[in-house]
Amino acid sequence: MPGVNETLVGEGGVASVVNGVRIDDGFAEAFPMAGTALQITAVNEKWALEAARSMTGFATSVIACGCEGGIDRVLSPEETRDGRPGVRVLFFSFDAGGLEKQVTTRLGQCVLTSPSSACYADLEGEAEIDLGSGIRYFADGWQISKKFEGRHFWRMPVMEGEFLCEARTGVTTNGVGGGNLLIMAATSAQALAASEAAIAAMRKVPDVIMPFPGGIVRSGSKVGGKYEGMMASTNDAYCPTLKGVTKSELGPEIGSVLEIVIDGLTAGAVSDAMRVGIKAITELGPQDGALRIGAGNYGGNLGPHHFHLKDLLP
Amino acid sequence: MTGLTFRKKSEPQERLDLSPLVPSRLKGLTRKDMAGVVVGTTRLRLTVGDLFDISGDDAAEICFEGGSPRFDRIGEAMDAGEIRVDGDAGNRLGRAMSGGRITVEGSVGGHAGSAMSGGVIRIAGDCGERLGGPLAGEMAGIKGGTIVVAGKAGPRAGDRMRRGVISIMGDAEDDVGSRMIAGSIIVGGRAGGTPGRLMKRGTLFLCGGAEHLAPTFLDNGPADLLIFSVMAREFSKGVVGPVGFDGMAMRRLGGDTAVLGLGEIFLPL
Repeated sequence: MPGVNETLVGEGGVASVVNGVRIDDGFAEAFPMAGTALQITAVNEKWALEAARSMTGFATSVIACGCEGGIDRVLSPEETRDGRPGVRVLFFSFDAGGLEKQVTTRLGQCVLTSPSSACYADLEGEAEIDLGSGIRYFADGWQISKKFEGRHFWRMPVMEGEFLCEARTGVTTNGVGGGNLLIMAATSAQALAASEAAIAAMRKVPDVIMPFPGGIVRSGSKVGGKYEGMMASTNDAYCPTLKGVTKSELGPEIGSVLEIVIDGLTAGAVSDAMRVGIKAITELGPQDGALRIGAGNYGGNLGPHHFHLKDLLP
Repeated sequence: MTGLTFRKKSEPQERLDLSPLVPSRLKGLTRKDMAGVVVGTTRLRLTVGDLFDISGDDAAEICFEGGSPRFDRIGEAMDAGEIRVDGDAGNRLGRAMSGGRITVEGSVGGHAGSAMSGGVIRIAGDCGERLGGPLAGEMAGIKGGTIVVAGKAGPRAGDRMRRGVISIMGDAEDDVGSRMIAGSIIVGGRAGGTPGRLMKRGTLFLCGGAEHLAPTFLDNGPADLLIFSVMAREFSKGVVGPVGFDGMAMRRLGGDTAVLGLGEIFLPL
């Protein structure tokens, strides 16, 4: 019912109805991850984004991609290390070793190769992983190490001129992966509109990424499947076309579900992003957007971070 | 607690070895103990008490009020804390230091920062020969840390430099960066002699040009490199301060090809 805010905790798993959007009395279950942040700069924003998009491509799920990565935000020249336009990107993986392998591979193939690019550490963490130090041998003996003011850089001659990269970057083990929102609507167009509104708001929150395409995933998964060896399979409980033939979580009014997955450098950043996402969805309302907001979990026994939707109400 | 101050009574008649007067060696000593430390270098065995009035009690902050070109080895092997010299200092200032900060309001002698591996030395005046260089028989000079000289530097500054940063705001006399192994040297003024002679790696910024270049340095052409602006920005925020090459169009010369040839000299275009 638009315009009405009421708390219904305990009534059929509903935490609240805000502006006509039902918010489930559930929680997102998330996991600790190793995370890092990088600055990618270039001669202009266009080329900084080209390098950043390339580096964070195919980084939607750590299970299949080895890491989860995305663009945190665009940086002004005043915010970057070299005074040029830049982009801050975040990467997450299960541990620092896996993170290093992914970051250095992507650095070498996507940033080193991108015209005018440079790459710098943008996180001071409890540990460090290689950045430029992991790819410096590409310069075939012509690489130049520069240490000054407590920082270490590698200069690598390339056909365009010179690629400049910080030697190492910080890693935090306080990262959180798997914060999520399930956006349920009558139609796929309304689910997409609500999800886009949420993403637009969540992208303003620092230290988080939404690693799926455009920040949105349409094929949320459950753990395992009927076929041997499947790590994950379609989340049939939330597939609208399977209502009636599976143990569905969806009522008859729901015709489409989209999910937003959130990774953050801290649990606080993830909860902030979820909070503003919920607010944006409820502000859009059920006429143009979602009827219901939920969250995915595994019963609460696997991940130590539980983001209860009732604690994130607008 | 106030900083420990050694006030010069009169100009010493001999060279002094002030290497015992560093924070780590003075910590916990009474003033009487300090006064008995021998710093003379002749048979007279002059002590601290013969030469200085002592005041204050915080050994982490040491001040020499009234310097002298005969004050040798100030801050030698220092690993933390701060030393300020209100005046000149002699040879081997901050030699082999690994941390802390030394500030000299006047000029210093030779081998300042020799073989240091960390910390910061700031010299308001000029410095003598072989700034950061090794002593005879040593394989490497400065191995880390930062030296800033506001005036000019004597011959062979940065000789056998292995790592770190040296910034000379004035001119550098003959052969700055000779036998350099790595690291960065910035000369704001003109470099005399043959800069970078036999350097293997490392970077020389000669913002005021060079008197002569060895034929074993090869012209790589104009170089508009990102490292210039990154270094300039980091330096301006840090201990080095503004540097002359910030925004300057430069030419790169690679060398010295008489040896490894992986070093570089940047000159104004």
